[in-house]
Amino acid sequence: MRSSDVQADERARHLMMAALDGELSASDHTELERLLDGDPALAAEWRQLKRVREVTKTMSMSEPSQEIWEGYWMGVYRRLERGIAWILVSIGAIVLLSWWAWEGLENLWRDQNLPILVRAGALAVIAGLVILLVSVVREKLVLRKTDPYKDVVR
Amino acid sequence: MVGDPGSDRLLVVQAQSGDNRAFGELVTRYMRRAYFAALGLVGNHDDALDLSQEAFARAFRARRSLDPERPFYPWLYQILRRLCFNFLRDRKAQAAKLAAAGPWMADDAGEHAAAGSPQRLLERAELRARIETAIATLPAHEKEVLVMREFEGLRYREIADLLGIPIGTVMSRLYAARKALAAALEGEP
Repeated sequence: MRSSDVQADERARHLMMAALDGELSASDHTELERLLDGDPALAAEWRQLKRVREVTKTMSMSEPSQEIWEGYWMGVYRRLERGIAWILVSIGAIVLLSWWAWEGLENLWRDQNLPILVRAGALAVIAGLVILLVSVVREKLVLRKTDPYKDVVR
Repeated sequence: MVGDPGSDRLLVVQAQSGDNRAFGELVTRYMRRAYFAALGLVGNHDDALDLSQEAFARAFRARRSLDPERPFYPWLYQILRRLCFNFLRDRKAQAAKLAAAGPWMADDAGEHAAAGSPQRLLERAELRARIETAIATLPAHEKEVLVMREFEGLRYREIADLLGIPIGTVMSRLYAARKALAAALEGEP
């Protein structure tokens, strides 16, 4: 199919849509009538599309009960409240777990009776956690700014 | 349905300075529009409620990034549509949930016209179910444009502005969606 044919098809489709939705100018209306008169397949498609419009015009989205609207803002407010609660819980948990881990590792490190392998393992855990933290923070703060796909809605 | 941009601006400024009541007023002003936009996309009342409320909650958390000179709803809609699109993507793996979704469309005008004839009422109910299923299975971008045009009654220019796409793309998506609906109506009683 030639590109001019594709463009003509696209034009006819746009004219049909605009006609269905009352967005057709007088000159476009004449053009659509001419196209429909000269193309029986297009005229058949036009009838189908008009039927769809007739059907959808009588339909609407069903209305939920009044209680939904009355409690709507409270639903949003509860989400905000719980969001703040989760942030506080998360911060508290991070502080407590960090303190607990630090104390544990410090005791482990000071205990001269422990084999060197266990102490090296503790050091590796700390180093690993620091590297992970730095990596995640870098991804969030630096890479995201330059991600060309960050606004793509998948 | 659409709020006054001037008073929206004032409410946004007040919300940005921490006034929850001002944000509550914005929620009350746009809750219906956001809810029905979500309903058209996800086709389920519970999910539409959940997603539209979550969009408002996220909007509140991000309120300081909103320029008060810009209209509130298009900004909120970007948050909402992203939530809905992500939800639809995740739900592909949960086809059973889609099948279990209750009816979300009403055919009051059609049923009123068919009143008194059980046979015609049955036909209308079947027609509604066909249209509902056909819309639910449309690609999200086509469904979005169809719902805005058919059920929200937006003009092409408004849809194009809201989605940041050319009017020609609006018409092409609308055409594709209506062709799918036409196929669903083939052989209708």
